[in-house]
Amino acid sequence: MRPFDRWAVGLTVPAVLLTTLFYVLPIAQVLVLSVTEPAPGLANYEQLLGSRAVARVVMTTLEVSLWTTALTIAASYVVAYALVQMRPSVRRVALFMVLVPFWISVLVRAFSWITILRREGLVNLAVTGLGIVDEPLQLVHNRTGVIIGMVHYMMPFAVLLIYANLAGIDRRIMQAGRSLGARPMTVFWKLWVPLSAPGIAVATLFVFIFSLGFLITPTLLGAGRTVMVAEYISVQITNTLRWGVATGLSTMLLVAVGFVVFIAMRQPALRAAFSGRQG
Amino acid sequence: MSFLVARDLRKTYGPVTALADIGLDVEEGEFVTLLGPSGSGKTTLLMAIAGFTRPDSGTISLAGRDITGVEPEDRDFGFVFQGYALFPHMSVADNIAFPLKVRKWDRARVDARVEEMLGTVGLADLARRKPRELSGGQQQRVAIARALAFHPKILLLDEPLSALDRTLRETMQRELKRLHRQTGVTFLYVTHDQEEAIAMSDRIAVFQKGRIVQVGAPRDLYYAPSTRFVAGFLGVNNLVDARLVRGADGAVEIEALGARVALPPGKVADLPEGPATVFMRPEDIALEPTPGEPALAIAGTVADVSFVGSFDLVVIEPRGGPEITAHLPADRTRALPVGAPITVFVRADAIGVVPNT
Ligand SMILES: Nc1ncnc2c1ncn2[C@@H]1O[C@H](COP(=O)(O)OP(=O)(O)OP(=O)(O)O)[C@@H](O)[C@H]1O
Ligand SMILES: [Mg+2]
Repeated sequence: MRPFDRWAVGLTVPAVLLTTLFYVLPIAQVLVLSVTEPAPGLANYEQLLGSRAVARVVMTTLEVSLWTTALTIAASYVVAYALVQMRPSVRRVALFMVLVPFWISVLVRAFSWITILRREGLVNLAVTGLGIVDEPLQLVHNRTGVIIGMVHYMMPFAVLLIYANLAGIDRRIMQAGRSLGARPMTVFWKLWVPLSAPGIAVATLFVFIFSLGFLITPTLLGAGRTVMVAEYISVQITNTLRWGVATGLSTMLLVAVGFVVFIAMRQPALRAAFSGRQG
Repeated sequence: MSFLVARDLRKTYGPVTALADIGLDVEEGEFVTLLGPSGSGKTTLLMAIAGFTRPDSGTISLAGRDITGVEPEDRDFGFVFQGYALFPHMSVADNIAFPLKVRKWDRARVDARVEEMLGTVGLADLARRKPRELSGGQQQRVAIARALAFHPKILLLDEPLSALDRTLRETMQRELKRLHRQTGVTFLYVTHDQEEAIAMSDRIAVFQKGRIVQVGAPRDLYYAPSTRFVAGFLGVNNLVDARLVRGADGAVEIEALGARVALPPGKVADLPEGPATVFMRPEDIALEPTPGEPALAIAGTVADVSFVGSFDLVVIEPRGGPEITAHLPADRTRALPVGAPITVFVRADAIGVVPNT
C-alpha cells in the first residue's frame, strides 16, 4: 500500500468505530435481549407468533406500507417525469419545492396534516362547502390519514431517486422512438417506463422498507386506531416494559427487511440499478 | 419541383444563429451530404427536417406538401442518430420490429421484414442480442436497419460513422452506398469529413456559420469552389493571397508568391481587379514547367520532405509568402535536402481564383 492509501484507510477508522459502537453493538444487544429477557429461550418468539394482536399489527403494517409504496411511486413518477421535461430555469424552482419538506420536522408535518384533514379542516370545508359531499370525510385518525402522511413523507425521496434515473436516460432514444413513428403514449409506455425500471425498483424498495419502520406519522395520524409495528414496539418498551417482546419483534422486522432486500436484489431491474447500466 | 424542399429556414438560439436563410432542394432517390465544420448548423437543419426542431421561419415541404408543422412521428422519415440511440432494453430484432409494430403491421409481416432487414445489414446471427452486446459497427447496422425497415420516405443520418475507426468507416461507407442503391431511398447525410462526403454523395451542400455557401456534385466543388472557405474545406489545398491584375486587352494576370502569370481567358470573368485568393492543389505542383504552357514559377526553399507512399510530400517555403505543400515524385526528392533552394511550377490553368471572403 502506498502511504496515501494507508492514510485513506486510516481515515475510515473513526467511522468504523462509531458504527460498531452505536449501531452494530446495540443491534446485537437487541438480538441477545430477545432470547434472554425475561428468561433464556425462544419464548418471546413463540408468544409473538401466537399473538393475534401482533398478527393484526403486522397485517396493518404490510397493508399500509404497500399502499404507501404504490401511491408514492405513482405520484413521484409523475413529478419526476414532469421535472425532466421542464426548462432548466423552471426545473430549479420545482426541484427546490420538492426539497422543502426535508427541512420541516416530521412532527410539524404530521400536525399540519391533522389540521388540514380533520373534520373542520381545510379539505372538509372545501368539499362540504362546494356540496361535493354532505357529511365531512373521515380523513384522519385512521388508515387514510396515516397513508396520506406517509406518502407525503416519502415522496421527496422517491422523486429524487426516480428523477436521477430519468435524467440519465439519453433523450435521443425518445427522439429515435418518435422518428420511428411512436406516438406519445407509446413512447411513454414502451420507452420511458422500461428504461426507468431501475429507478422505479430502487425507489420501490427504499420506500417499502422505510415504510415498514414508520413511527411518528402513524402514531399521530392513526391516533391509536392504525397501529404499525414500530409503534407497537415503542409501546412495549415505554408503557408495558416488555423488553423481550419488543426486541423479538424488532428482530423479526430486521429479518423481514433482510429477506425483502434479498428477494429484491434477485430482480434484474435492481441488479441493473446497482451495476449502473440501463435495461 | 423537387422532392424535399427547404425554403428560407431560420433558427436562432439566443445570440447564436444556427440557421440563416437556408434553402435546399433534394431530388427523390438522391444522396445529399451536408458538409461543414463543427457548429455550422448541419444537425440543426437535419433536426428541423426531421421535425424535432421548429424553425423560427421558413418552410419545409415534401413532394409538394408543406410539412413544416407536422410532428416527427407523422413524417415517416428514418433517422440514424449520432451514437445510434438504439433501445437498450430490446433485442436487435425487437429494435428493428419497433417501427413496424407501432404501424400495426401483422405479426407475420413484421417477422418477415425483420428477417429481411437483418439479412440486408448482415446481422442475421445476432437477432437475439441486446445492443450493449454488439460492437460499434454492429450497433450502427442495427440503427440503419431499424430506420429503413418501415420504408421511410427519406433517411436522415447524423454523422453515423464518426465513432468508428478508419477501416471500419471505409467498409461502412461502401455499405451505406450499397444500401442507398439497393433501396432507392433518398439519403440526407451529415458529416464534417470531406473525404467521406466526396466518396459517397451525389451532391454536397457546404455549410458555413448557418449558411449553405455552395451546393454541387463533389467534382464541381472540388474543381470549382466558389469561395475561399469551400476551397479550403474540400481537399488539401494551398490557399495563397494574390492580386488580380486586368490588362487593357482583357488579359488577366495573377500575382502571387513573388511570381506572376497570365491566366487562360474566361477563368475569372466575374472577379474585380485587386486582392483575391489563389488555390493550387498539391498534385498540380511540379518540378518542371509543362512545355508550351504558361506557369507560375515559385522560388523558395525546402522546409520538409516526408514519404507517404506513391509520392513524397514536400513542404516549400516560398520567398514571398506562407508555406505550400506539393506532391512530388519520390525518385526526384532524394536530391532535395531540407534548406535547399527549389523552384516549382504550377500550370496557369490549374490555378484557381476565388474572392477573398
Ligand atoms: N438546443 C440548442 N440550444 C442552444 N444552442 C444550440 C442548440 N442546438 C444547437 N445550438 C447552436 O447552434 C449552432 C449549430 O449547431 P449544430 O448542432 O447544428 O452544429 P453542427 O454543424 O451539427 O456541428 P457538429 O459538427 O459539431 O455536430 C451551434 O453554435 C450550437 O451551439
Ligand atoms: Mg451535429
